[in-house]
Amino acid sequence: MTAAAPRVRGHGRVRWWTYALLAAAAVVCLFPLYWMFVVATNDTATATRMPPAVVPGGNFLHLLGLVLDTVPFVRALLNSLFVAAAIGAGQAVLCAVAGFAFAKLSFPGRNTLFLVVVLTMTVPTQLAVIPQYMIMSWLGWVDTLQALVVPGLASAFGIFWMRQHITATIDDELVQAATIDGASTWQVFWRVAFPIVRPAALVLGLFGFVTAWNDFLWPFIVLKTPERYTAQIAIKALQNSYDVDLGLAMSGSFLATAPLVVLFVLVGRRMVAGILDGAFKG
Amino acid sequence: MSGVVVALVPAPRAAPPAPVRRTARGLGERLAPYAYIAPFFVLFGIFGLFPFAFTFYVALFDWNPIGDQVFIGVDNFTRMFADPRFWNAARNTVSIWFLSTVPQLSLALVLAHVLNHARLRFALFFRMSVLVPYVTSVAATAIVFAQLFDRDYGMLNWLLGLVGVAPVDFVQSTAGSHVLIATMVTWRWFGYTTLLYLASLQAVPLAVYEAAAIDGAGPWQRFRHITIPSLRPVIIFTVVTSTIGGLQIFTEPLLIATGAPLTCGAVRQCQTLTLFLYEQGFGEFEFGYGSAVGVALFAMVVVIAAVNYLLAGRIRADR
Repeated sequence: MTAAAPRVRGHGRVRWWTYALLAAAAVVCLFPLYWMFVVATNDTATATRMPPAVVPGGNFLHLLGLVLDTVPFVRALLNSLFVAAAIGAGQAVLCAVAGFAFAKLSFPGRNTLFLVVVLTMTVPTQLAVIPQYMIMSWLGWVDTLQALVVPGLASAFGIFWMRQHITATIDDELVQAATIDGASTWQVFWRVAFPIVRPAALVLGLFGFVTAWNDFLWPFIVLKTPERYTAQIAIKALQNSYDVDLGLAMSGSFLATAPLVVLFVLVGRRMVAGILDGAFKG
Repeated sequence: MSGVVVALVPAPRAAPPAPVRRTARGLGERLAPYAYIAPFFVLFGIFGLFPFAFTFYVALFDWNPIGDQVFIGVDNFTRMFADPRFWNAARNTVSIWFLSTVPQLSLALVLAHVLNHARLRFALFFRMSVLVPYVTSVAATAIVFAQLFDRDYGMLNWLLGLVGVAPVDFVQSTAGSHVLIATMVTWRWFGYTTLLYLASLQAVPLAVYEAAAIDGAGPWQRFRHITIPSLRPVIIFTVVTSTIGGLQIFTEPLLIATGAPLTCGAVRQCQTLTLFLYEQGFGEFEFGYGSAVGVALFAMVVVIAAVNYLLAGRIRADR
């Protein structure tokens, strides 16, 4: 932000309605999460009372017990954590390596191959879930977590993004100097380039983590037994036993969302900066 | 994966990197760059490109996953074009897309304009707040909004009741279910879109706004004549990505109609094309017919991309 340059009109003062509008947007964004917590901690009678209850109750442990009786939810959270962490870490490293190769190494076919990477982004592969399922079936990966992890380990957008960052932040002289000093290509990447672009790789990994944690369609197709469910599929299973308690699916939603909210409070500013610093700047 | 925004932008404008010279180096060193980019190509080939191409092949078969595969030519397509369930799903998809894209992009435009104010206090809080829906899972979003919009126990109907409106059964009616799903999609994506617009807007020098203000341009005129024109490329980009994302809406309709999830209600009032694909492929085990629906979805993506290309060309010509 170029905070130093004041707006002329009203000497740069922000009008009250600006804050009113932004506050309304913030309430709209945050209220559903708060409401999730209210319903997840109240009994059915309170949660469905009119006017609605607006404060959390003390029913959370009771609902938690019901959730754990219905579906192995702790296991589901661990499965989600494993899948999301593996994909986040995989994307951060594999996209950084490939981005480094495209940005700083010279090899025959480099420009053509990079064009291919960019073009793959236009292929809507999500429409091909039926053959994707058939491949998993041939590999014997149906109902396994690697069916979720392996296809998501590298992304074209991530390579594109890391290439931009590496081009912008790492001088060719630095790479050349390290090479002249006798460092191998891998050493140049791992010792010189990666430490410099680690913040960008972390942001990429965070987006990969969040997307993988919240993914629904593909895990819903591939996973069959409750012990393999991710948190999102466990929510669906809780919803199937909707009759048990109104708050059941809501408690599951709360449990599946809370870890990401905590993560977002800790590192959300980096994600915001990542988007603001993204491909559209300039 | 539905609605994931990826950048389809051309290569960065930065100067091409000066290649690192290496002579008299070993074979391993010369092959190293290929090893670094190979994982992506291998993974994309196996799990992206091959299944994509294979969809077109499977679509020509009566393909039962645990039975026979019989080549039937274009029969799946003739059947699809005569199938009212397909056209119903196509109508629902377009309706939900329209109801979610227009408010989402308009809201994002206004919020980005406001968030771009240089002297805004609590800017980080507001920016982070609007990104919270993006990190909330689609499944949790669907559960919460279905509850808030519930006919008997929902807060929205209670509020409507206070002003004398009879309870609306959002899930069971066609228009209501579309509004409900569009609300979820809008809620999830408007903040992310806002930040994309803000990123573009921050590249516009504040001096441009100052000069306009000195020349007597009011807030609306500055929004209309500076903010919107400078955002044109990113607006077009978000229209395309929200359209491609809109064609893939799946989780919301699956989760709101608890009685008949695969059809999103008894009369398929909110079944989208992707949900129809899932119903045919994994509910009815008609892999061939489901793949034909996938091909139809692909054709729609191509048409939209082409329209966008022509539109973008016209905007360039206008300048």
